[in-house]
Amino acid sequence: MPKDGGIGASTKRREDVRFLTGTGHYTDDINLRGQAHVHFLRSDVAHGRLNKVDTSAAEGMPGVLRVFTGADFADLGGLPCGWQVTDRFGQPMQEPRHPVLAHGKVRHVGDPIAAVVAETREQARDAAEAIVLDIEELPAVVDMKAALEDGAPKVHDDLTSNLCYDWGFVEENTAAVDEAFEKAAHVTTLELVNNRLVANPMEPRVALGDYNRSTGEHTLYTTSQNPHVIRLLMGAFVLGIPEHKLRVVAPDVGGGFGSKIYHYAEEAFCTFAAKALNRPVKWTSSRSEAFISDAHGRDHVTKIELALDAENNFTAIRTETYANMGAYLSTFAPSIPTWLHGTLMAGNYKTPHIYVNVKAVFTNTVPVDAYRGAGRPEATFQLERVIDKAAHELGVDPIALRRQNFITEFPYATPVAVEYDTGDYHATMDKLEEIADLKGFAARRKESEAKGKLRGLGINCYIEACGIAPSNLVGQLGARAGLYESATVRVNATGGITVMTGSHSHGQGHETSFAQVISEMIGIDADQVEIVHGDTANTPMGMGTYGSRSLAVGGSAMVRATEKIINKARKIAAHLMEAAEGDIELKDGRFSVAGTDKSVAWGDVTLAAYVPHNYPLAELEPGLEETAFYDPANFTYPAGAYAAEVEVDPETGKVTIERFAAADDFGNVVNPMIVSGQVHGGIAQGVGQALLEGCVYDEQGQLLTGSYMDYAMPRADDLPFFTVDHSCQTPCTHNPLGVKGCGEAGAIGSPPAVVNAVVDALRSGGHDITHIDMPLSPSRVWQAMQG
Amino acid sequence: MPEVSMTVNGKPAKGQIEGRTLLVDFLRDTLGLTGTHVGCDTSQCGACVVHVDGRAVKACTMFAAEAEGAEVRTIEGMAEPDGTLHPIQQAFQDHHGLQCGFCTPGMVMSAAALLAENPTPSEAEIRDYLEGNICRCTGYHNIVKAILAASGQDVSRIAAE
Amino acid sequence: MYAFEIDRPMTLADAVKALGAEEAQALGGGQTLIPALKARLAAPARLVSLSGIAGLKGICTADDGALCIGGGTTHAEVAAGAGAYPALAALAANIGDPAVRNRGTIGGSLANNDPSACYPAAVLGSGATVVTTNRKIAADDFFEGMFTTALEDGEIITEVRFPVPAAASYQKFEQPASRFALVGVFVAKYAEGVRVAVTGASEEGVFRWSEAEAALTARFTPDALEGLSLSGEGMISDLHGSGAYRAHLVGVMTRRAVAAAG
Repeated sequence: MPKDGGIGASTKRREDVRFLTGTGHYTDDINLRGQAHVHFLRSDVAHGRLNKVDTSAAEGMPGVLRVFTGADFADLGGLPCGWQVTDRFGQPMQEPRHPVLAHGKVRHVGDPIAAVVAETREQARDAAEAIVLDIEELPAVVDMKAALEDGAPKVHDDLTSNLCYDWGFVEENTAAVDEAFEKAAHVTTLELVNNRLVANPMEPRVALGDYNRSTGEHTLYTTSQNPHVIRLLMGAFVLGIPEHKLRVVAPDVGGGFGSKIYHYAEEAFCTFAAKALNRPVKWTSSRSEAFISDAHGRDHVTKIELALDAENNFTAIRTETYANMGAYLSTFAPSIPTWLHGTLMAGNYKTPHIYVNVKAVFTNTVPVDAYRGAGRPEATFQLERVIDKAAHELGVDPIALRRQNFITEFPYATPVAVEYDTGDYHATMDKLEEIADLKGFAARRKESEAKGKLRGLGINCYIEACGIAPSNLVGQLGARAGLYESATVRVNATGGITVMTGSHSHGQGHETSFAQVISEMIGIDADQVEIVHGDTANTPMGMGTYGSRSLAVGGSAMVRATEKIINKARKIAAHLMEAAEGDIELKDGRFSVAGTDKSVAWGDVTLAAYVPHNYPLAELEPGLEETAFYDPANFTYPAGAYAAEVEVDPETGKVTIERFAAADDFGNVVNPMIVSGQVHGGIAQGVGQALLEGCVYDEQGQLLTGSYMDYAMPRADDLPFFTVDHSCQTPCTHNPLGVKGCGEAGAIGSPPAVVNAVVDALRSGGHDITHIDMPLSPSRVWQAMQG
Repeated sequence: MPEVSMTVNGKPAKGQIEGRTLLVDFLRDTLGLTGTHVGCDTSQCGACVVHVDGRAVKACTMFAAEAEGAEVRTIEGMAEPDGTLHPIQQAFQDHHGLQCGFCTPGMVMSAAALLAENPTPSEAEIRDYLEGNICRCTGYHNIVKAILAASGQDVSRIAAE
Repeated sequence: MYAFEIDRPMTLADAVKALGAEEAQALGGGQTLIPALKARLAAPARLVSLSGIAGLKGICTADDGALCIGGGTTHAEVAAGAGAYPALAALAANIGDPAVRNRGTIGGSLANNDPSACYPAAVLGSGATVVTTNRKIAADDFFEGMFTTALEDGEIITEVRFPVPAAASYQKFEQPASRFALVGVFVAKYAEGVRVAVTGASEEGVFRWSEAEAALTARFTPDALEGLSLSGEGMISDLHGSGAYRAHLVGVMTRRAVAAAG
């Protein structure tokens, strides 16, 4: 039984009280004295030459302070891309300029053309309507393959084509892969789409810029998952503001799911305009605006081939993927279909030869970047769908086929460059079979059939690479940033602790779970520990929260800093008790001398550090505050097995999720309640992708799913209760907590389970169907049943 | 500019408004009650749900002028004056019915309206009632569980934490 | 939103007077109009809110047995108070979500005549009479295609009179995102015959499926519909479903409505 408030306890979240009472502090809740409001005039055509932006009428409208256009930003930096991919031929990717406000051309519906700053939001919007645009509309490219054809309209005139890069991984594997396919007893091929999604955190983005003319300091309040990253990117690359003159605050943030990682034009604009106008400048996105300005996710088109030998062992995998970048490179966009996707193509299986080809393509659509899982859901979906198809073609049990090919020995070096440190895939599959009650499926199918419904069972495995990331490795792979994390642990005189972490919490509950870790390490109540995050002014540096990295990397930095604290406190305790340092033990918040009844309390030691009357001043500085930076040695590799059971209404094509079970191995778990919640949310997003969500453009590049009227968000009645389990634990071998990360698993593991289940259901009804592209909306499923 | 007056969380409130001032803007901007959120512009997400004369409404889809003389209750009016959480709020904390917290005020207000109409709703009735409240974090599992628990029903059979 | 003045008259007479002003528009529950205003799709100079007019609210039974619902009655009030016409109460109970039902009104919904709204199916399927400040309009004359009705400028729906059928049911297949009707079918069985009204499907808005009405008038069972189908021609075709899919769903929902009506 874990100690209440310590590691392993389902401690209730302390942050809940403010959220439940309406006293949370989100960016839009901040209003500064003298604040003005900006409205962005956005392109309503997907591609066009911007001949003239006439702002003269708008300038004279009531309340207008100034109208900005692309010309105002022409001499400043563009929005930077944080990752450079090198292509198959050793050449760097094509990297177009991404202006803050469009200049010369507009390249997607939503591309900001002008920004009107006025006293009120509505005045700014009124004036934006008075801007006269002369746009020469150009043919748009939306389809990726069409964008690569000769003569296709070019999104960027100064690039050689719409191809950002053609990436091969691992290029040296090609001969062995080809040979394995030649020798294969069976090859299964599947072409599929990983549908474009919109992250849709419930809080739309907000940016509020402020400038202090007397100190020359800028402050940006923004809805970000990583305020330090914004400070670095915006300060260094766009606006030329040194970090000590730029503070970025991301207070309570209402969800992110990746979409709030990136540095966006609106942040740079509000920071810039606040100085230009000497007024705070605020932008609050509407949901409609979010659909055309937040980075989208996924959008891959893939052909995958799986080679098997006569004994059904996987011998090779070959894939060709087209990955949509949208009109510009969002901050981490190039890394998603490459390093976060290609490296995961081994999945949970000992396939000896793998080759992945990815062509990243510019189109006249909103930029695409990481969304919960980012690359790993795309990899998992291909692999787990093609395995299911292979099992069907071979007439073997899909679980048995997976088990036969599981990796069972660790560490395991995959043919796609990563080394899994630990795992037990049979254990999670065993657990899944139990919690999903697979034995009862046949009876449940009979019940469904009696009601005129088709019932299907879909299972799959997943693995992901989390704990992003070893800096030296990602540096070799093209990252332009380090991916360590930092923490400062400040022990106050009376023993309370303030931890300043670079990890950002926007729903993950770090204020609770991080405090549990410190509580466990020192043996004091978690209530004595405060977790501070989200403000560059009080945290040394931070790379933020994404990629299921917070506890594995940010938590590890905090552990390292706390270890330094304990080491110093031990020295102080030894001095106070006139004992040898090596004899000092820390337990339950007391230091004692081994083998004696002498002890001092935690608070006595911390007080001595700040009131150093009896203190080894010659050897030790007073005070008790330590900072640590932690750079992980490897990724972490959470893995698991998922099962979906669906019913299909054969008359309408409507699919309902009847049961869903997830057996995950996250290594050690700090707060099981929070971990389960993360899995629930991930599953809902994965089910959303599989059944409901899909971002659709027409051929002219108009977004057809620009609001919740057409973009189907999962609602409470779309989902059942989930059965989740994380009792299978193979702790990570290379971080001090043995944790792996749990934030993305649900979104990675669930789409193939759902699609596998629907295909199974339809086959049970006599439909010869091997695949339906997501989302499996009623009309698509019905259409598939029509043959 | 016309003036509107109403009772908000038991206290008289008034302020100047435009015709187009939404109730949610009046609450947030004029009264500083920022617990009521805006998550969409098509009246679907429900982050802005408040009670007007005892009924759940979307404060982003009602003009402030239309609340003249009304009794309005927002998330800020749910806990006891001494800070004791309302049983629904407490159940949300006990059962981890929130993550980022942005949809939470609307969820709590909708749950309160549901339990006022139907003191012991079934799981299906809860899911149906939440049709107009979108949560992107929780998958609704723990929200539904929390509302069942707040209604005094046994939730021990519901899997996992 | 563009700027506008807002009036909140307490009587019908004042409302009619206010609507006489230039570019004035009536505001019912606002559940469709307000989102449209936010998107700046409408630019009235003056909105006349009908929500303060007590006389527009309420449900009663007329001498001829018809259920009379005031134009300002909310969906929630109909759901709770139209027990005399259970299929209508059930329809109202499933429009939008609870908060929308607490504001949205029957009059507002009918005046808007969204091609995917539920109420038009009930009104047309029941052969109801729409009573306005000027006149009485038969359901068959009221709906004139998507977002178009027989209402004239300044005319307010004061009441809708529903003859109560012997049996009826409304079956809605929801569009997954908006939850409006992708297809909704209202079937009502009267002594004079069966009426079948379809919403969500047609580019012309709500319509009556006369072949189904004839077949069901002859025999009110689901299998009476066997062999009947609609063409996808003229049906709405969008990312949520083709015209052919909608036409197919009309058949499915009609059968289910007949089965549910019993």
